[in-house]
Amino acid sequence: MLEIKDLRAEVGGKEILKGINLTINSGEIHAVMGPNGAGKSTLSYVLSGRHGYEVTGGSVMYDGQNLLDMDPDVRACSGIFLAFQYPVEIPGVASATFLKTALNAQRKFRGEEELDAMQFLKLVREKTKELDIKDDMLKRAVNVGFSGGEKKRNEVLQMALLEPKLMLLDETDSGLDIDALKVAAEGVNRLRSPERSALIITHYQRLLDYIVPDFVHVLADGKIVKSGDKSLALELEEKGYAEISAA
Amino acid sequence: MAVSQETVEQVASVSEKYKYGFVSDIEADTAPIGLSEDIVRFISAKKDEPEWLLEWRLKAYRYWLEMEEPSWAKVDYPEIDFQDIYYYSAPKQKDKLKSLDEVDPEILEVYKKLGIPLKEQEVLAGVEGAPNVAVDAVFDSVSVATTFRERLEKEGVIFCPISEAVKNHPELVKKYLGSVVPYTDNFYSALNCAVFTDGSFVYIPKGVRCPMELSTYFRINAAQTGQFERTLIIADDESYVSYLEGCTAPMRDENQLHAAVVELVIMDNAEVKYSTVQNWYPGDENGKGGIYNFVTKRAACRGVNSKVSWTQVETGSAITWKYPSCILQGDNSVGEFYSIAITNNLQQADTGTKMIHLGKNTSSTIISKGISAGRAQSTYRGLVRMGRKAENARNHTVCDSLLIGDKCGAHTVPYIENQSRTAKIEHEATTSKISEEQLFYCQQRGLSEEESMALIVNGFCKEVLQKLPMEFAVEAQKLVGISLEGSVG
Repeated sequence: MLEIKDLRAEVGGKEILKGINLTINSGEIHAVMGPNGAGKSTLSYVLSGRHGYEVTGGSVMYDGQNLLDMDPDVRACSGIFLAFQYPVEIPGVASATFLKTALNAQRKFRGEEELDAMQFLKLVREKTKELDIKDDMLKRAVNVGFSGGEKKRNEVLQMALLEPKLMLLDETDSGLDIDALKVAAEGVNRLRSPERSALIITHYQRLLDYIVPDFVHVLADGKIVKSGDKSLALELEEKGYAEISAA
Repeated sequence: MAVSQETVEQVASVSEKYKYGFVSDIEADTAPIGLSEDIVRFISAKKDEPEWLLEWRLKAYRYWLEMEEPSWAKVDYPEIDFQDIYYYSAPKQKDKLKSLDEVDPEILEVYKKLGIPLKEQEVLAGVEGAPNVAVDAVFDSVSVATTFRERLEKEGVIFCPISEAVKNHPELVKKYLGSVVPYTDNFYSALNCAVFTDGSFVYIPKGVRCPMELSTYFRINAAQTGQFERTLIIADDESYVSYLEGCTAPMRDENQLHAAVVELVIMDNAEVKYSTVQNWYPGDENGKGGIYNFVTKRAACRGVNSKVSWTQVETGSAITWKYPSCILQGDNSVGEFYSIAITNNLQQADTGTKMIHLGKNTSSTIISKGISAGRAQSTYRGLVRMGRKAENARNHTVCDSLLIGDKCGAHTVPYIENQSRTAKIEHEATTSKISEEQLFYCQQRGLSEEESMALIVNGFCKEVLQKLPMEFAVEAQKLVGISLEGSVG
């Protein structure tokens, strides 16, 4: 599904990614762990096409297409979803409006009929119920005045509704209490299927107790220095990044 | 990728250029170019006006000659040659029209392109679920068609071109014309008094709630023509009316002048809602052409508990100079001003309001949303004045500016004058930029850059958009997106 080869990228003239190689097949869940400043968030932004994250070398193929040639919205419509570490506030735009606009943009892209207000409401109510999210959130402006936990729940709700093929989770666990963490994990696990993949970026192995990954990678100084299975995360927790990176 | 290409093209076609920029080939009856007493007499004669009105026009003209064009607004434009403008242009018509069927089909075609199905409205008048909006259409200088008149007449509501009101209801016109905006008021209002050609007249009798929205569409078609319409609305005791105004003009390389005057008179316990979607041609991306929109709008809340709301969405015009104002004379009267002003490319807008509190317990609310993109300059200029007798008067002002890109400007110039010891005045102002973060967030959910921009800006304007009548709000939301075309990337 996703094939990253020798990917190099810089931000503001500074090289952050220094040759990443990573292949994610359909149905697989990969976790990327690493210390601050290793390039974890940069990797998620490069994959989703954020402005200012300049690719200087290497290639990324997604479903047989050159991902790096696609605009951010085309990537989103093609099934790449980024759950933000810091979800952005959009004053005056109700969450429901935002979700409906996004969903219909994606449906239109795929050549599907757009949903009307009633159809949308029915669908979104199903999802909020599943994820134990209060409907009241839908009326509030996107992320405005949301607590840290609410923001992350909102990301999970968006993901549940948009049903992406590749989920990128950028430190979704940061700032979450254990209940919110379970909700977030539940959101990912519900979507888990042989056709869907995920790349989970996290500092701590705690999240991986709830979303069990098939592979764990350690990212340090812009490179993947070690890969393994779930047990690598536990090893990391025990020994710390410094020791593993040096090894 | 074929589907994505299609999406891109669809988006491009939606946001493409100025969609009302067509010119219609309609024979016009035009006065000689330039301005003189003879032209004023010519216009008055064309309209077959009574002597008192001609005298009033001439007084205004002579007064105007002594005046200087105001230069305090933060707008910059080459000097206007007032002798290089046509002051009267009317679509040629043979005889008096008896019904819509006799209106020049080409004009009807123009209105159809503008999305105002005049003919259909009349036809559908009896049908359930048909749009309940009465429309007056002003083409260049002359009102060409007013719909739903019979139904309104049953309620005693008068809705007609002002030139007709002069003939049929002279007592009302004579009493109120110039009573809110006298010809001595300012340079452009003096000019308007001298040369106004048409506009709408509305009278809502005592105790009547106008059964439908009243709407006027203004269109400037002929080249080098000034449009000077005059609107007069009188809401008698305990009455209510919601009035909508929409404006478009063809794309032309030269600038066109629009200097309108709108007067509202509101009596005891009456309410007027006045909504505008102004989409005059703004000029091209290099600032060539476009309408100079120098407009005086004022409401006099004369009665106790009277109320006026101005809601405006200003997206067009090369230059906007406009301050819809409220004179809150009656005790407990209420004035509201809700404004969205969008400027892109080289547009300039200097707009705001005046709230003049004279009566006791009067209150006013100002919510202004200014959006600047490209190299545009947008200024909010507003006056809140509390008179000596305005006991317990209150004002609340919120001015928010949104900047898109780094070459545009937003300015806020509030004037506050308080002579009342018990008045409360609040002023809040913010300036923000659309962040790259917000755009990326929307794009990451599947919206194109332009759709993202439109969504964010609509959110910014929401408080004001909510004040518009339903059918206008939808149009205005789309317009917000279209006006910002080319402002990203």
